[in-house]
Amino acid sequence: MRAVLTSLALILLQAAPGRAFEVEERLWLDGAAPVATVSILSTTDSVTARPLLQAFLADNPDLSVDYVVASALQIHRAIAEEGASFDLVISSAMDLQVKLANDGYALQMTPEAAETLPHWAHWRDLVYGFALEPVVIVVAAGAFPGRLPPRTRRDLIELLREEPDRFRGRIGTYDPGVSGSGYLFATQDAGLGNTFWRLAEVMGRLDAQLYCCSGDMLRDLDEGRILLAYNVVASYALAQANRDRGFTVIEPEDFTLMLIRSALVPATSKRPALGAKVLAFLLSDRGQALMSQTPGTYAVTAPLASLPPSSRPIRLDPGLLANLDTVRRRAFLGEWAAAMTQP
Amino acid sequence: MQMRFLLVEDTAELARSVQDLLRLNGHAVDWAATLADAGDCLAAASYDLILLDIALPDGDGRRFLQDLRRAGQDMPVIMMTARSAVADRVDALDGGADDYLTKPFDLAELEARARAVLRRRGGAAQTVRGFADLTFDPLTATLTVAGEARELRNRELRLFEILLGAPERIFSKDQLCDRLFSFAETVTDNAIEVYVGRLRRKLEGSRARIETVRGLGYRLTGA
Amino acid sequence: MTLPADAPPRRARMVRVALTGSLRRTLVLQLLAVAGIVALVLFWAIRVTADKAAEAAQDAVLGAATQALADGIRVEEAGVDLDLAPITFSMLSAMGEDRVFYRVDFNALPMTGYADLPPPGAAPGSAPLFYSARYRGQDLRLAAVTRRLLVDGTSLPARVILGQTRLGQKAIADSIAGRAALLGVAFFVLAVPLSLLAARAILGPVGRVADAVSRRGPHDLRLVNQSVPAELGPLIGALNGFILRLRAALSRTETFIAEAAHHIRTPLSTVRSEAEIALRQSQDEPTRARLRSVIRSVEESSRSAGQLLEHALVLYRTDRVDRTEVDLAALLAAQVESFRPTADLREITLRLTAPEGAAPVLGDRLMIEAALRNILDNAIKYSPDEAEVEVALTLDRGQAQVRVSDRGRGLGGADLPELAQRFRRGGNVADIVGSGLGLTIILEVAEASGGGFSLSSRDGGGTCALFSLPLR
Repeated sequence: MRAVLTSLALILLQAAPGRAFEVEERLWLDGAAPVATVSILSTTDSVTARPLLQAFLADNPDLSVDYVVASALQIHRAIAEEGASFDLVISSAMDLQVKLANDGYALQMTPEAAETLPHWAHWRDLVYGFALEPVVIVVAAGAFPGRLPPRTRRDLIELLREEPDRFRGRIGTYDPGVSGSGYLFATQDAGLGNTFWRLAEVMGRLDAQLYCCSGDMLRDLDEGRILLAYNVVASYALAQANRDRGFTVIEPEDFTLMLIRSALVPATSKRPALGAKVLAFLLSDRGQALMSQTPGTYAVTAPLASLPPSSRPIRLDPGLLANLDTVRRRAFLGEWAAAMTQP
Repeated sequence: MQMRFLLVEDTAELARSVQDLLRLNGHAVDWAATLADAGDCLAAASYDLILLDIALPDGDGRRFLQDLRRAGQDMPVIMMTARSAVADRVDALDGGADDYLTKPFDLAELEARARAVLRRRGGAAQTVRGFADLTFDPLTATLTVAGEARELRNRELRLFEILLGAPERIFSKDQLCDRLFSFAETVTDNAIEVYVGRLRRKLEGSRARIETVRGLGYRLTGA
Repeated sequence: MTLPADAPPRRARMVRVALTGSLRRTLVLQLLAVAGIVALVLFWAIRVTADKAAEAAQDAVLGAATQALADGIRVEEAGVDLDLAPITFSMLSAMGEDRVFYRVDFNALPMTGYADLPPPGAAPGSAPLFYSARYRGQDLRLAAVTRRLLVDGTSLPARVILGQTRLGQKAIADSIAGRAALLGVAFFVLAVPLSLLAARAILGPVGRVADAVSRRGPHDLRLVNQSVPAELGPLIGALNGFILRLRAALSRTETFIAEAAHHIRTPLSTVRSEAEIALRQSQDEPTRARLRSVIRSVEESSRSAGQLLEHALVLYRTDRVDRTEVDLAALLAAQVESFRPTADLREITLRLTAPEGAAPVLGDRLMIEAALRNILDNAIKYSPDEAEVEVALTLDRGQAQVRVSDRGRGLGGADLPELAQRFRRGGNVADIVGSGLGLTIILEVAEASGGGFSLSSRDGGGTCALFSLPLR
């Protein structure tokens, strides 16, 4: 199999007229004897996606894959506003995926495996979740000398209160005002109990660092600038786990949010059958097996019993639309700001 | 052979002519138009034979016959049927009649059947007659000439009876034919001569003989 | 040769009835048609009810969600705020994963949500106003409520519109309709055997009556007294009426034959006797010839009348023949005896030879007697004076055979079918005289009794008549 990643192509692509949305990277993979190309627009970086795509092409040697990576907001803009043509859209921004489908930008699909999916893992026959990613706390090695790392949010609040000087300015989390994922996690946290607002107050008092993206947050953790990152997608964290200093990944025992990475075939697709083929592969036993082999990722078809008991998958349903309401967002972010800025 | 008949018949015209016919042949006939009359006649006199019609104004002849038989009266009865020949005949015989006749009947046939009935019954009445030097038994159709019995055949018998009925009287050929042959037969003139010839042979050796009266006919004479 | 090959079958005449369809089929089809209509009505009733129920259920959820959404609108220091609980939308999707759209207007200006969501035709009050509209290519069911908010002492309206697609409702309605259709089909399928059973049950009495009547023998003219449903009453009544008329007609026929004979024969007898008397008393040859001719005519007509009546009797009895055991030997002997005086008159000798004992045959005594009488009558009638008629009864191979041989005129070259046939043709009775009808009678009796009859010429002149009946 030939894999070509050309930064030149990337540059040309970005320069190409009519593509107003921002592309982060692009991967082109050929099957053994390609006669057609399936185009995928995804939030998952190419390094993570490559093994999956290679496995798909092994099964479909007559295809090539044009894999374009963009941010969730850019993807929404590309499909809903610019009408960009892709055969499959993969995203971990669940709310935006549901909004795309709710607003009529997804085609109906009935992959064979659909019946085995839990009802919260797909919305109608439009959006299909194919991977579960725990949202975790990442702790730098040696952050709690002589003590066990926290197991629940309550533990965490206590630890932070006991040693405020140690953690002042050394806690990181998403800025929900900037990060879509951060906002989603925060609202879900808030919906699941009052501990979130107490934690927010504690973090605000300790001058928590707010990040736009998980990459920056993990880099700072890696480089020792922060000791603890709250609400990080586990797969990102574990992808960095072989770095020098090492972290501890904690799935909180009170509840662990599960982000669902989902796919849909957009209404703009020129070859929806090919998009459906990739979707079917993702949900197939083989695809799901690959998911469960990826660190920090669970197969969505895994029996509920095999997930940690504290798992709280975020439901893939129109409830997520409330997340995107501007008035509600404004109100939530107002609360958040009030919690973070202590008098 | 002269017989005494009781004719039980409700149709007057028929009864009268049958009566006349029988009398012409030398028989005695009483006529009863109803079963009640018939009962009266039977109480008052005795008859050689009853001619009994079936349908009578005051009842069924067959019933009457059954009653007679039940009462022990066993005089010969010939029933006259006018209706369904087959069914009535069976009824009649089963009811105790000796024979039956279907109307209209030939007088010769009536006499023949009566004779047969009486013969079957073994000669209830004394019928043997003598003439000249012979004796004649009409029931057995036997002539006895000088101790020798000679049997007469049917027509010889009838011819002899006709002639014997009025000895010395001349009977024309026509008169004899009418009574010997059925009217359906075409009879030649000399047919009668054949039977006269045969009867003469049966009479041989007796004083009684049949004379030919040229141009007139035949007569029986014993002189 | 026994019977004319082309003789029309007299017994077991089948009447072809024009059949105009089957009552049973009509009944089944009509029952099925009714069942079909009921099934369709059932289907539609369930379907409409299901649609209404699903819509009502959706409206209830939609109304509650709209109220909940409206409850989230609050006046804060900073202005108007909306506390939008995700559960509101989740609740809607719970019913059938429908797509959800909402719109909040404050003081007639879009505040949040899908600003182009179609508004209701009228201004809604505090209770949900439901309506339907098309949006983004989908049929939507929408609910709208208006809340009044006090902002800076002024009451301003906030209108909340919540809409969802009707896929869930449709899915529920379709599922119920599917069941309704199944129910309808099941009802219909169940109706098929039930209709057949019902038709059988309803038409059963008809079949039973038909069976009971067709099982009867030809003589059985009892009234039908089978218990039948009231609807068959008139039919049975009519049938019994018909049987009564038939009985009366048969009895009249019998009486008629007897009466006709009586009314013909009695006057003939008188005429004959009178003519005979007149003949005796007349000397005038032309008169005598005329009288002879009268007597011959009387004999002929009496004979013809007798045979016509006998023929009628045979036909009548053939149709209702009642076979019993009859001793042919005794019957024959009696008939021969009965003809003896008649034969004697012409000095014809009747000679009877028969085996010892009875010859039992199965048949109608009167009919067999009629046949024997006609055979003997024929033989004697056509024999010359002083001839001999031989009557022989033989029993051989299950057949009783009566052979009557005469020395009469013979057949004159004609064979039996010719002799008998002309009397069958067209029933032209005016032309029947002599022995022809007698032959017909004999043939008919033979046929009705399962026997045979044939005529053949004898060597040396004369005829041989062969009448046979199967021995019992």
